[in-house]
Amino acid sequence: MIKIEHLVKTYGNFTAVDDISFEVGAGEIVGFLGPNGAGKSTTMNMLTGYLSSTAGSIEIDGIDILAKPLEAKKRIGYLPEQPPLYFDMTVKEYLDFAYDLKGCRLDRKKHIDEICEVVKIKDVYHKLIGHLSKGYKQRVGIAQVLIGNPKVIIFDEPTIGLDPKQIIEIRNLIRNLGRDHTVILSTHILQEVQAVCDRIIIINKGQIVADEKTENITRAVETSRRFSAKICGPQREVLAMLREKPGIVYAEPLAERDGDAFTYMIESDVGIDIRKTLFYTLAERGWPLIGLESLGMSLEDIFITIVDAQGQKKNDKAKNSRVKRGADAERDVAARIMEKTAQSQKSAAKSIFDRRDD
Amino acid sequence: MLAIYLKELRSYFINAIGYVYIGIFLAISALLFCYTTLISNTYSTSNYFSMLILVLVVLIPLLTMKLFAEEKKLRTEQMLLTAPVSITSMVLGKYFAAFTMYAASIIISCINFLPLYAVAAMERSEAGQQANYIHIGPSDAQILGSLVGILFIGAVFIAVGMFISTLTENQLAAAVITIATLVAMLAPASINNEAIISSYAVRFVIDWFNVLSRFANFSAGKFDFAAIFYYISLCSVFVFATVRVYDKRRWG
Repeated sequence: MIKIEHLVKTYGNFTAVDDISFEVGAGEIVGFLGPNGAGKSTTMNMLTGYLSSTAGSIEIDGIDILAKPLEAKKRIGYLPEQPPLYFDMTVKEYLDFAYDLKGCRLDRKKHIDEICEVVKIKDVYHKLIGHLSKGYKQRVGIAQVLIGNPKVIIFDEPTIGLDPKQIIEIRNLIRNLGRDHTVILSTHILQEVQAVCDRIIIINKGQIVADEKTENITRAVETSRRFSAKICGPQREVLAMLREKPGIVYAEPLAERDGDAFTYMIESDVGIDIRKTLFYTLAERGWPLIGLESLGMSLEDIFITIVDAQGQKKNDKAKNSRVKRGADAERDVAARIMEKTAQSQKSAAKSIFDRRDD
Repeated sequence: MLAIYLKELRSYFINAIGYVYIGIFLAISALLFCYTTLISNTYSTSNYFSMLILVLVVLIPLLTMKLFAEEKKLRTEQMLLTAPVSITSMVLGKYFAAFTMYAASIIISCINFLPLYAVAAMERSEAGQQANYIHIGPSDAQILGSLVGILFIGAVFIAVGMFISTLTENQLAAAVITIATLVAMLAPASINNEAIISSYAVRFVIDWFNVLSRFANFSAGKFDFAAIFYYISLCSVFVFATVRVYDKRRWG
């Protein structure tokens, strides 16, 4: 349905999008993921014909967007990061305008009614958009996207600024849309992609760094051998014991202290469940184990690792300096990730709001 | 194009700006008309029209300032630019909406002429037999010609204002810059003679932008096709420039 080949966009000397190619099939929901400034929005804007590309081609449903922009645009519904709403119109006027603007040929009343039903804005139909809450505004934006029943729907950060209940509703809505539309969801919120998308494309510094099915990435998340353990006892001795214990290949204290308890990151050997033996050993020594958590790599970690690794590679090339390689380097990354995970888990509930805002 | 045209037209009346514009326009034009014809004791409307043009310099920016500046500020232009509508038809839709407002105000202001014709009818009946030999009353040709001319001059002003509106997000800035530009287009005309500017080339350029010099024929009741062609091409230049601004932004 969407076919992007060797897409490049440069602004002067700055390359915003650097040779991106991918394809999206019909009915697929693809998460387009990347840190701020990675080139997500630029790619979205080129995909929708808002910006033109420096090189490469974009085909929507077999139609080149530069050759036949009007035909291609008819097949796309686009919700920019900031929904394009006219605050001085009522919802009805706005949707009527969108209907006319897109030159829609469907039965006006029935079509708009159906859309209002789907995005649940019937009760505000005659209100001024400027008076609506953020959640409703977002939905009106989505309603506008759906007008004309486009084959391809593109959302740029659709859940920004919504409360958790609204986020869930919008995600469900997007998933439902995926049944008969091709959806591209651009975001930097990882849970969102995990919850909604079939496939994830990760982009950083204008290049695709990963293009995987969500299941594959989730599987990597579940098969972890890493734990964080909270143990009461003298830090140095506990650490020495952990490092000597068979079955543990790696142990590192984390900068976290709770009374006389310290937190450690432990990595077990492949195929060994060290949790029970760890418990008994600690009991013998008289160091109570007060917390043990499996640290599966969250999508966020994978994301950071991939993005970091890419940055590392580039640095290597540029500086040609010696960088720690192999197991040591990997563990450094792991330790950093664990620390970050520990922080993020601490404020798990809060972080949903934080990420939403940043 | 029609969708954008109707939306723009409606937005003039959703906001107060449409009413403000028409209200001020009618009030000032009526006042000008009183002073330049009835009080000055003349049937000639040429002073009325040439002063009305100066008023347009201040009033036209009210119509054009928001055309693109507001869309840019509210980021609604993304909706227009990703819709299956070409940039040209988007620009033209907006242009004709502003022009419609302007033309409507000019047409409504024609009620100003009624008292003048009423006075003329009165004088004719007083003059009795003599009225058959001399013309008493305003010149229809002058009024019609001037109306056509002023419509085209307004069309040029709107094109200039629209173009400037694409360059900024700030409506006020758009309005002020438009006024400044229009003044800069008109003002040099008053010093544009051989005594002050010796260079023919400079005079030619100043004259090219001087929409007023071409108004003289209309004011005399002549239908000047060359001038109309000039006004239309000047409009096209600015409409084209507006389209180019958007095109250029796309190519970044």
